[in-house]
Amino acid sequence: MPVLNATSRHEVTFRVNGTERTVRVENRMLLSDVLRHEIGLTGTHVGCEHGVCGACTVQIDGAPARACLVLAAQAEGMNIRTVEALAAETGRLSVLQQAFRDHHGLQCGFCTSGILMTLDALLAAEPDASEGVIRDALSGNLCRCTGYEPIVRAALAARDTLRKGGN
Amino acid sequence: MKPARFSFVRPQSRQEILDALTEHGSDASVIAGGQTLVPMLNMRLARPKVLIDAARLPDLARIEEEKGELRIGCAVRQAQLEQLPNLVSKQPLLARAIPFIGHVQTRARGTVCGSIAHADPSAELPLCLIALQGKVHLRTRRKARTVRAEDFFLGMMSTGREPDELIEAVSYPTAAPGTGFAFQEIGRRHGDFAIVAVAAVASGDGVSLTVGGVDDVARRFDLGAGRDDGLDDALNDIAWSLNARDDLHASAAYRREITRRLGSHVIHQAKAEAARCQS
Amino acid sequence: MLHTTSLVGDAGTLVGQCVARVEDATLLTGNGRYLDDLPQRKDTRHIAFLRADQAHAKIISIDTKDARALPGVVAVLTGDDVAALTRSMTVGVKADVEAWPMARDRVRYVGEPVAMVVAVDRYVAEDAVDLIRVEYETMPAVVDPMAALAPGAEVLHPSLGGNLISERSFRYGDPELAFSEATHRVSISVVYPRNSCTPMECYGVVAEYLPSEDMFDIAANFQGPFSIHTVIARSLGVPGNRLRLRTPPDSGGSFGVKQGVFPYVILAGVAAKVAGCPVKWIEDRLEHLSASVSATNRVTTLSAAVDGTGRIQALDWDQVEDCGAHLRAPEPATLYRMHGNMTGAYAIRNVSIRNRVVLTNKTPTGLNRGFGGPQVYFALERLVHKIALELGIDRLELIRRNLVPTGDFPYRTATGALLDSGDYSKALDTAAHAGKLDKLLAVRDAARAEGRLYGIGYCVAVEPSVSNMGYITTVLTSDQRAKAGPKNGAQAVGTITVDPMGTVTVKTASVPQGQGHRTVLAQVVGDILGLPMGDIRAIVDVDTSRDPWSIAAGNYSSRFAAAVAGAVSLAAQQLRGKLAEMAAQQLGCGPEAITFAGGKVFDRANPAAGIPFGRLAGTSHWAPGTLPEGIGQAISETVFWSPPELTAPNEKDEVNSSLCHGFIFDFCGVEIDRLTGQVRIDRYVSMHDCGRILHPGMVDGQVRGAFLQAVGAALYEEFVYAEDGSFESGTLADYLIPTVMETPDIQILHFETPSPFTPLGAKGVAEGNCMSTPVCIANAVADALSCENITLPITPSKVLAMIGGEERPPSKPIAKPVKAKAKPGERALTGEGEADVSSPREAVWHMLLEAETLAAIIPGAHGVQKLSPDHFTATVTLGVGPVKDKYEADVRLSDIDHLNSVTLTGAVTGRLGAGGGSGVIRLSDLPGGGTRLHYSYVATVGGKVASVGGRLLDGAARVIIGQFFQSLARHAGGGTGRPSFLKRIFLLFRGR
Repeated sequence: MPVLNATSRHEVTFRVNGTERTVRVENRMLLSDVLRHEIGLTGTHVGCEHGVCGACTVQIDGAPARACLVLAAQAEGMNIRTVEALAAETGRLSVLQQAFRDHHGLQCGFCTSGILMTLDALLAAEPDASEGVIRDALSGNLCRCTGYEPIVRAALAARDTLRKGGN
Repeated sequence: MKPARFSFVRPQSRQEILDALTEHGSDASVIAGGQTLVPMLNMRLARPKVLIDAARLPDLARIEEEKGELRIGCAVRQAQLEQLPNLVSKQPLLARAIPFIGHVQTRARGTVCGSIAHADPSAELPLCLIALQGKVHLRTRRKARTVRAEDFFLGMMSTGREPDELIEAVSYPTAAPGTGFAFQEIGRRHGDFAIVAVAAVASGDGVSLTVGGVDDVARRFDLGAGRDDGLDDALNDIAWSLNARDDLHASAAYRREITRRLGSHVIHQAKAEAARCQS
Repeated sequence: MLHTTSLVGDAGTLVGQCVARVEDATLLTGNGRYLDDLPQRKDTRHIAFLRADQAHAKIISIDTKDARALPGVVAVLTGDDVAALTRSMTVGVKADVEAWPMARDRVRYVGEPVAMVVAVDRYVAEDAVDLIRVEYETMPAVVDPMAALAPGAEVLHPSLGGNLISERSFRYGDPELAFSEATHRVSISVVYPRNSCTPMECYGVVAEYLPSEDMFDIAANFQGPFSIHTVIARSLGVPGNRLRLRTPPDSGGSFGVKQGVFPYVILAGVAAKVAGCPVKWIEDRLEHLSASVSATNRVTTLSAAVDGTGRIQALDWDQVEDCGAHLRAPEPATLYRMHGNMTGAYAIRNVSIRNRVVLTNKTPTGLNRGFGGPQVYFALERLVHKIALELGIDRLELIRRNLVPTGDFPYRTATGALLDSGDYSKALDTAAHAGKLDKLLAVRDAARAEGRLYGIGYCVAVEPSVSNMGYITTVLTSDQRAKAGPKNGAQAVGTITVDPMGTVTVKTASVPQGQGHRTVLAQVVGDILGLPMGDIRAIVDVDTSRDPWSIAAGNYSSRFAAAVAGAVSLAAQQLRGKLAEMAAQQLGCGPEAITFAGGKVFDRANPAAGIPFGRLAGTSHWAPGTLPEGIGQAISETVFWSPPELTAPNEKDEVNSSLCHGFIFDFCGVEIDRLTGQVRIDRYVSMHDCGRILHPGMVDGQVRGAFLQAVGAALYEEFVYAEDGSFESGTLADYLIPTVMETPDIQILHFETPSPFTPLGAKGVAEGNCMSTPVCIANAVADALSCENITLPITPSKVLAMIGGEERPPSKPIAKPVKAKAKPGERALTGEGEADVSSPREAVWHMLLEAETLAAIIPGAHGVQKLSPDHFTATVTLGVGPVKDKYEADVRLSDIDHLNSVTLTGAVTGRLGAGGGSGVIRLSDLPGGGTRLHYSYVATVGGKVASVGGRLLDGAARVIIGQFFQSLARHAGGGTGRPSFLKRIFLLFRGR
């Protein structure tokens, strides 16, 4: 059975935003560090490294998850999506991103990537998510600037636009 | 805040997990979802020499319904159980308790058996296992054994799992007809560790109350089928029998008082539900 | 005066609009450039710190040998190494005390840096930190500020001779006379706890040292004030022009907190110098919570002299401010920031103030949103609530009677502030009406009629903004100030530049942390120059080597809208004046007829013949010879602006501590769950007069953000220290930032009275709710519970203790745990239990005294050494679940009563912390043979585990102690691991 020793770097292969990537890292490197410092996707932010703040939330196999709680060695074969993949093309925002802009759903922007990844996964899985469900999902992401209300409004607006077939 | 070094084993079968556990014993930690273990690694509270990945095998990621039990394999994510069709009728207590576990982002990765293995006194899944008198299925390379939940949890983060044993599954009994269930939890914030969590199970035979977050393990009390007039006394005895702790989130007295109040609340709820089922 | 004229452009269409932010597209797509995202040199090395795990201890020795030997480690520095290359940091009061960024002879708070490792990456740096061994001699910790002042208290800094580092008394008007003539004297004593606004991004520094120039080039997510640049340069021992301090384009929130990064700027500079390569330090959350900065905790006694009509004639303040272990610049500014505003929104002419600053074994304090306001208003508005109750006057009516009268503005307060503008009574009435206060009162009455616990709280507050750089000198006496030279003003700087293509770049030193300064500057300049926002690009990060700046630069005291945007508007206006003259020359009209709109510059009388702005603006580049006489150049204008109203404190200690004063009136309704004691904010209304509103969406965003942090302070957040100085709020699972579920929607109202003192009429608005909301909620809870003594955070546990009455006793007596014999200031865990074993008493007794026994009974014990018959050392592995590690154990036996009892006293130390304790083991014969082994213990645990695992600590320690006695019993022949027996043991080990 494969045993990856503690002191060496090992190859780990996974998909990020649709592209297969292979990195050579120690087992212990956190996925948040792999994404940011090995691959250069710095849109995923690190806020606590103990799974509470949600700033590093990415999507793993379609579900929102904390990148700081995934070890590089676990990432083998994962399908990962980060904030950099939300906009379909450069210079154009997704419906969700645009809603955040329209509703002042961000200030410093540090928690925003994680919040977008939570909501993007939620609205994909539950297009008719109620406000209660949206708030429950958002409770896993801390924001210190906005007081949350503008975020909830942005999420509701994005849901309504997407339901009407916007993209 | 980065983990210390560890070797990482990626077993290809259950047998390989067991082999690795035999080889590394107490030097190893099994990692499944990692939602509790990785914070400990990051803070270097835990420094296992070896991690054995138990979450990669589809065989172990099954929920099987058999003989009045939901048997949940060690790679089953909490979200997978949460989304099990008809969970609310198969086992209402689980359906009501799972939303209190962390947040959607942690339930997506965290496993059911991982929570059982970790034995946090405030955790919902061990509480439900004790409340429902479920079982823990342990296996080594040589033998398998099944332990009753109440015998499995020994203390704060301490269980009867031997170092070479894998929790290969846990079994939660499904709801028997005519049984009522209720769950309540008080935390500081939504998604926080429970200050007090209570579960009541009521049937024609009587009612039980299980209290988590107060003592070092969740504890179950059989209250029989007695009438309600002795309930306050019984709850007071229960509250005092628990070794309640003071911590920065709540006083011991608060934990006892909430045990009395929420205990009464869930017992009435469960009894009412049982009565509705029977009528 | 120039700055009182309206400078709105001809178009005037952008300012005041809720335009989309120019910052957002970058941030929403993950393209922000925060400090840790910046490109870095390949040879950059990474810093990790070893931090104190005890609150107060002498450092006996630091052994860094193993750490240095670890492959990948470049350097290891201790406090003395750092001190050899730096000078002590400037302290803001006259006191004989040093302030170092890293501990030297002793540690004074949990989390204080003790050693710094530079290594190839952060992972290896932390590996090396694990290998450093520090020997401490623990000293008693001083945690409570009042205890710190008590005679005989342990002294943190012996050179000070005590823990009081500053004391001043002030007297304005004739407070003694007012109190002697008062009909009522009403007093309140309050304690304001420790908390912080806790940005989502932690600190970060990248430092480089250029030896040939003896220069430091350092990037940090610092937020200002840039007076700190001087502190850093002095400490690093270089002139100001040899410290290039830069900030990244984006910053993940600050709320004042990132001012506190500066000691790490110094440390990173030293590390870069020693390592000979660029170094980077990214603070982690555990470091941030335990050791960045905190707001001050304060103990206040406030008394009011009140006449028969409810008019407050005098206030008597006694404030004890706890600044933690070191007085770090700019402290004790928290205590003096509000000095001009100690009478709040009220017209009170007689004031006495006694201010004391004490040092305790807690994290040093620093800037934090609200900065002094939450502490002052918590006392003042709780007192006003109490006065109304005592006098039987409606609370809102009492507030009304005392407000600064309409028409008295600008109003000079007793302590020296000049309240610039406002109509407090009208704003209050407007809010009561628009916020439907009458309905809320009816809701309360209806709820109470049903037996529910419902209360209403009020708060009025003056929100100061644009700090006077001289206010902090109020801490000095008038003579000391005269010697030091005057400090005053609040320089703001704006530069506007046109490039050869005629597009506009705005530059200022505002260092925003998410507020959207770039958007507002584009609005302001767009209006003045008649340009769309897209033609203007604002740069707001700072490079002290290249940009115009002053000590007042930065992002604090809500100065942007009032001061910085104003300075930029003046620069834009200056450029516009020149461009107007150039256009007038070309168009053959007078400059006063020139209009800027729609990207064109034209004669108002002939709009069709306009010149494109870009072409006109580029003229100074392409054809400077064609400019009209006297213009000089029309490429770039820089304006430094400082308000003349901000004078230095006078000889009577009167100080206009801030330029602008917004007004806030908040009211709220809360309901308390009788069952659980949880407080639910049912309705919250917040009225703000922040002068002219430049961007309504951003103003509301600031109000909501401050409100959220204030809800945290009121109900959830606290930096908790145990009596021994252990820090218990070390994770975000323990320091409880409200989530969306705990944060209610609020109604925000506005009332605009433009400031006459700022170029745009704007005032600050970002800090107000941090000042008003905690006490507003506390007043509502006090109203709901009819209870005076409210301490923050208002936890369900505290509430239930207030409403639940005496706890119901157990039906039969419960064996009381042995009373802890812990020393004062120690946190103790106690327990007792017993186990029956099969061996005879004598065998058990002899076994107890053997080294082999220890080796056998402690799981993972090895290398047991018997130093003397009653003294053992060992290496032991202790832990629960996956949380286990090696510790050095030292065990002594004492009070040996042959065959009967023995006391074991031990201490363990390791990377996760330290523990100590003693246990008494008593043996007795069992009737049927065998021995009963009774034990009782007192144990203390501290260090890292206490900070991050407090919730689980006691239970975990019980398990470990249980393991010990279980092994002991097993070793004595008590069992062979049969489950039934073990289970019995565990039941016994439950601590009773």
